[in-house]
Amino acid sequence: MPASFFDVDGTLVKTNLVHPTVFYLANQPNPLRSLGSLARAALGAPRMALAELVDRRRFNELLFTAYEGISRDRLLILADEAFDGVMKRALYPGARDLVQRCRSQGHEVVLVSGALDFLMERLARHLGATGYIANRLEIKDGYATGKLLRPVVAGPEKARLVREWARARGEDLGECFAYSDSYSDVPMLSVVGHPCVVNPDLRLATLARTYGWPVIRLEKKSIAAGILERLP
Amino acid sequence: MTLRFSSVPAPSDRLARPKGRAEHPLVVTLDEKSGPRALFSGDRLLEVDLPAGTRVIYPRPPMEPLKDVDAAIRYALNHPTGTGPLHAKLRPGMNVVIAVDDISLPLPPMRRPDVRERVLTIVLGMLADHGVEDVEIVIATSFHRRMTAAEVRHIVGDRIFEAYWPDRLYNHDAEDPVGMKLVGTTDHGEVVELNRKAVESDLLIYVNLNFVPMDGGHKSVATGLCGYKSLRAHHTPQVIRECRSYMDPAASALSTSVERMGRLAEKSLNIFHIETTVNNRMFDRPLDLLHKNEDDWTGAERATFKGLAFTLSRLPQPARQAIFQRIPSPYGVTGVFAGECEAVHEKTLERCNAQYMVPLQGQSDILVAGIPYISPYNVNSFLNPLLVQVMVQGYFFNFYRGAPIVRKGGTMIVFHPCTDQFDQEHHAPYIEFVHDVLPQTRDAVEMHRKFEEKFASNPAYLEMYRKGHAYHPAHPFFMWYWGEAGRQHLGRVIVVGADNDYIPKLLGWETARTFAEALAMAQGGKRNPDITMLHVPPIVMADVTL
Repeated sequence: MPASFFDVDGTLVKTNLVHPTVFYLANQPNPLRSLGSLARAALGAPRMALAELVDRRRFNELLFTAYEGISRDRLLILADEAFDGVMKRALYPGARDLVQRCRSQGHEVVLVSGALDFLMERLARHLGATGYIANRLEIKDGYATGKLLRPVVAGPEKARLVREWARARGEDLGECFAYSDSYSDVPMLSVVGHPCVVNPDLRLATLARTYGWPVIRLEKKSIAAGILERLP
Repeated sequence: MTLRFSSVPAPSDRLARPKGRAEHPLVVTLDEKSGPRALFSGDRLLEVDLPAGTRVIYPRPPMEPLKDVDAAIRYALNHPTGTGPLHAKLRPGMNVVIAVDDISLPLPPMRRPDVRERVLTIVLGMLADHGVEDVEIVIATSFHRRMTAAEVRHIVGDRIFEAYWPDRLYNHDAEDPVGMKLVGTTDHGEVVELNRKAVESDLLIYVNLNFVPMDGGHKSVATGLCGYKSLRAHHTPQVIRECRSYMDPAASALSTSVERMGRLAEKSLNIFHIETTVNNRMFDRPLDLLHKNEDDWTGAERATFKGLAFTLSRLPQPARQAIFQRIPSPYGVTGVFAGECEAVHEKTLERCNAQYMVPLQGQSDILVAGIPYISPYNVNSFLNPLLVQVMVQGYFFNFYRGAPIVRKGGTMIVFHPCTDQFDQEHHAPYIEFVHDVLPQTRDAVEMHRKFEEKFASNPAYLEMYRKGHAYHPAHPFFMWYWGEAGRQHLGRVIVVGADNDYIPKLLGWETARTFAEALAMAQGGKRNPDITMLHVPPIVMADVTL
């Protein structure tokens, strides 16, 4: 049975890794602590922006340091709220249909994301996906250390994890599909027989044109685009 | 500089054609004094010297358009064929669905107001007058791409667009799991599954624009509003191979299958057909000179052509495409017929054939044609290599009635650059078809068996078809099958002016740098092959008698 691998942020939802992180930081046990966490995160923002330009994996590692000191219980208790309040409402209108269509063709649907596993578990359940490959926080004595467990799901590592996933199940990657919005996922798109770009950034759109990869638009049209379309 | 392909001098015995039989005046036999012929090669214009003795089939002059189209529409609705007038079928509170042909015809798109807008305006007025308010308009796209808002506006006009788009005026979606409904199965096992809204309506009105004889009739509803289950009954290599000409419905296995399905639909649904015909005034000035024999061109026309050909040869491809796409055609409406499907279509076909068919005596060894920039499947986009194949072995080969213009095992010499270029959105699945399926097999039966279903269920392509503006992923297969009758009949296809070798090779064609070279290749050992040129566009079809 072929599999469809979906990147999540920007592909199925319009949020990115930062949004749920901000949600968690803003929902600390008391407002003062929230303020402090957010301020620390804001101070680290330039470093993260720089890391994002150079290495997606490094960016993930820096971002998730913001979770340091949050208890496992709190992470899980707030997960439903974070999912409903941040991710679910940010789902692209056609995302669920697309996943369902893959399922109806008998595909395994696997979400491959740098987001955290407890959020991906909820998203997978909501979309009807059969599995997920996501980042996991290191927990010591019931508290997040701010480090990610290896392997860190990002960039080329996604391609390796997809290959591993397929090998473990005896899947022919040539028959598999992968969907992403980001140029950083080109390695993952390149290991399957049917790559497809969704709401692509400029670099990925250019690459898709070169290779003739299909391009899907799931995002809502902007008001300006809607008006332009109606013009004679 | 005008590109000009020179041929080898012809022996004078070619003048012996048409061998004692008088040809129709529109079939011109060239002699040594004849000038070069003008033809399209994609979006460029060329002049080609053809050997003396070559027969050139010119299109008929455009038929006189109707003086008052609106009056003709009203007359047709009130005096339909084979059924009562439209107003007698209406009652307040009923639910009416109007299905409309998509932008795949006419080619190029018609200058506004499109005849469909005129028909819709009158029909919607009549519905309102009779208290019918529950009205939806479906663009009958079948597996074609969804039309954009601007394209829909072009067809239905501003007023209807503003009032109905997008909630009550929309594209058909053959992959909508709840949008299709099974009507039944024919005694040949063909599944008739159609647009649910149309099936469940109290009255379905179909507004057709019949561009060529293969359009309209039962094809309108049974194909325009159907899905994969129905198309699989007849869009197969086996059925296509049994078509003697798509342009002669009586000799087309495809048309016969569609008729069976259409008749079943007519039994279950309440359908009122409105068919319209247009003349062949494809080009306005200055390109209207393409209607004429080049030897009859005035000095000004000759200079105009050379100027146009020169300009086009100097412009980059996107600019040439933009120029041609911005010029709608000044088609004139020649007929409006309404009522029962088959009775209506008989009249439509009569009018269509009167415009296109030119009698031709006997077949030829070689058929020459310039392939233009447009086909029914690339309105507002690029004519990709698979569509070039469709134009050559699908359409141009099939522009006949009676017998093919070219003999069994004969050669088609065509002019086209065959550029390896695709519209990334409209023709997304075509790219994989050309670059992945064709290198593995050109055998239509094998690709039908091994690849079609896999393509047809590709979730990414289906998403592009349903939500974007891409053709259905099964469509490139249908396009290959479309060339099957020509492929089975022709011995070889030689393309002149291709900008690469690998695309023609993928299509199973040979290449030649010049027409002279192509002719020498096609002649083989034969000294005096019979050569016929189809002077298209504008469209012309040959009524061949042996």
